[in-house]
Amino acid sequence: MSAPVATSVDRARRHPTGRMPLGRDPVEAAADVALVTRAHRRPLRRVRLVVGMLFVVTVAVVLARVLLGEYTVTLVDFVRILRGETLETAPGASFIVMEAKLPRALIGALAGGAFGAAGAMFQTTLRNPLASPDIIGISLGASAAAVVALTFFDAQGFVVPLAALAGAMAVSVVMYLVARGTSLAGQRMVLVGIGVAALLASVIQLVMTRTSIQDAQAALVWLTGSLNRATWPLIGLLALGIVVLVPALALNARRMRLAELGDELSTTLGSPASGARLGLLIAVALSAFATAATGPISFVAFLAGPISRRLTGGRPSLWAAALVGAVIVVAADYLGDYLIPDVNLPVGVVTGALGAPLMLAVVIAAGRHGKA
Amino acid sequence: MSSRTRSLTLTGALVVLVGVAVLASITIGSRPVAVGDVFAVLTGNGGDLADRGVVEARIARTAVGLLVGAGLAVAGAAMQGLTRNPLADPGLLGVNAGASLAVVVAISVFGVGTLTGYVWWAMAGAGLAAVLVHALAGLARGGVTPLRLTLAGAAVSAGLASWSSGLLVSSQQSLDSFRFWQVGTIGGRGLDLVITVLPFFAFGLVVVLLAVRQLNALALGDDLARGLGENLLFARSAVAVGVAVLCGAATALAGPVGFLGLVVPHVARFVVGPDHRRIIPVCLLIGPALLLVADVVGRVVARPTEVQAGIMTAAVGVPVFVVLVRRGRMATL
Repeated sequence: MSAPVATSVDRARRHPTGRMPLGRDPVEAAADVALVTRAHRRPLRRVRLVVGMLFVVTVAVVLARVLLGEYTVTLVDFVRILRGETLETAPGASFIVMEAKLPRALIGALAGGAFGAAGAMFQTTLRNPLASPDIIGISLGASAAAVVALTFFDAQGFVVPLAALAGAMAVSVVMYLVARGTSLAGQRMVLVGIGVAALLASVIQLVMTRTSIQDAQAALVWLTGSLNRATWPLIGLLALGIVVLVPALALNARRMRLAELGDELSTTLGSPASGARLGLLIAVALSAFATAATGPISFVAFLAGPISRRLTGGRPSLWAAALVGAVIVVAADYLGDYLIPDVNLPVGVVTGALGAPLMLAVVIAAGRHGKA
Repeated sequence: MSSRTRSLTLTGALVVLVGVAVLASITIGSRPVAVGDVFAVLTGNGGDLADRGVVEARIARTAVGLLVGAGLAVAGAAMQGLTRNPLADPGLLGVNAGASLAVVVAISVFGVGTLTGYVWWAMAGAGLAAVLVHALAGLARGGVTPLRLTLAGAAVSAGLASWSSGLLVSSQQSLDSFRFWQVGTIGGRGLDLVITVLPFFAFGLVVVLLAVRQLNALALGDDLARGLGENLLFARSAVAVGVAVLCGAATALAGPVGFLGLVVPHVARFVVGPDHRRIIPVCLLIGPALLLVADVVGRVVARPTEVQAGIMTAAVGVPVFVVLVRRGRMATL
């Protein structure tokens, strides 16, 4: 892009030695400032554009999930149903939309968004593409509690997600207590998390081998992650968590970008490493709510960050990651329902089975951005 | 203490630990057998004893524990060195997920139901998955890098695991067989099976042990390693082959035991620092000790039933690990 007024960079290019010349011309200095400002704003504009477009895509996917499928509803009818009117032509439509299709789409979008944002926060702050709330045992905490509730206590309905939420929260409290007051808190927290995750995984295995095969199957479906249990109270619980936690996470977004520069640089820039831990804890809590509602949906937290970064040109954005996560989950649930006739695959199976090749494509194509 | 006496003391202590674990594994079980009878069988004088079968089973089980523990711990250390990622476990190359999917397919599609049958399916699955991960990571411009290997491995693992869940969710009968395999256990395998798999362990261990210098060079980063005259492609491929063979053999023999390979290398690093010439031998001793002790605890903790080694490893190892993480100095990769 050519600047209207020559900058000092242009003069350096023309200079026979190719070196930056000394001395400043005020016009040139102003042009320099403009150059830097433009360079700074261009990626920001791109992020805004990408987030806006992703929002449109998310709404479109949610609408498609509600309106299309085996039972189609027109947009006009959908609006009438939302306003509480009963359709004379199809009196059952109201029930199907309000009790099955809409809750499913909404919980998918909310949970996907939460997984995506939490995953991006983890990957960026810890500077590790493998990092996600799953690794430090949050989803396993939820899973272990849910599986125990399902099998040993025959829990049903709203009790299971509450148990899962309690399990995930208990894990995050343990994490916090362990990491508190130690140096290199992030790294230590992750290592302790790995240990706790292993312990919880073995609890799940113990239950899976000791319970009846029917209970084991129910537990497996929960462990795979599905939107089958979508109900309005559950959506309310998840929405509550998101409304409280997402603004808190957004406040930490700057810190996340600084943390990516490494401990020394981020401390120099006024954001010590201990601050990054707060962002991680918020991400953990967000992921806990999502897992409680849907079970651990594999791969969304892992996939949303890198995909959104590809779209934004390498700049990490929590909003973009959240929207990518929402699109993935809702679309995958749709595919799981209709991909194979008569087989209703849990959403977690689809995100894993189809997400893996997508992830690989991202990895292979990521030559320029390095961060993949 | 000089560093030489220190490392000698450490080695001695670990060897004693493994010895004690082996003894415990042979003498303690969910079914009580007199120590005299155990030694009678061991020395070949137990021909007419009623408990002979029990003792022989324990010997096979101990051998499995030694092999699997050593194999996974060494593979884990090599994998973390190779990818320069402390979160890497030996299954990261897709080995565990590949083995699991192969076993699920064997059970649900081909009706395989014996441990020997699982072993070959698991080996084949592990090998295919490792090759797939490598091929995919190498497709990118610039060839295989640690980051690409890590991401490709994680992606393939998650994808294969989803296919497994997909098959299991729709077939209760397959789940019933698979759930006991996937816990990871070292019991119930005969000595003949151990001998079948032994060459794979030997090969993998030799490869990794020969590559410790290369691992140290790789740990310095690509540029420095190249500066030291290492052939990066060769070094990486050698280590990756070693890890895949070790982890594949271990998973085929015992089922996926996840925690061990991830955590034992960290413990070793806390104890001896970042030099792979020390980490790998220490892993070779800590791995079997942890797995055998966990297995022995699992035999007595819920008598008359047993808790599988895969479960007990975490229960025994995690508290130790957490204390180490909180107290120890961090030896970063």
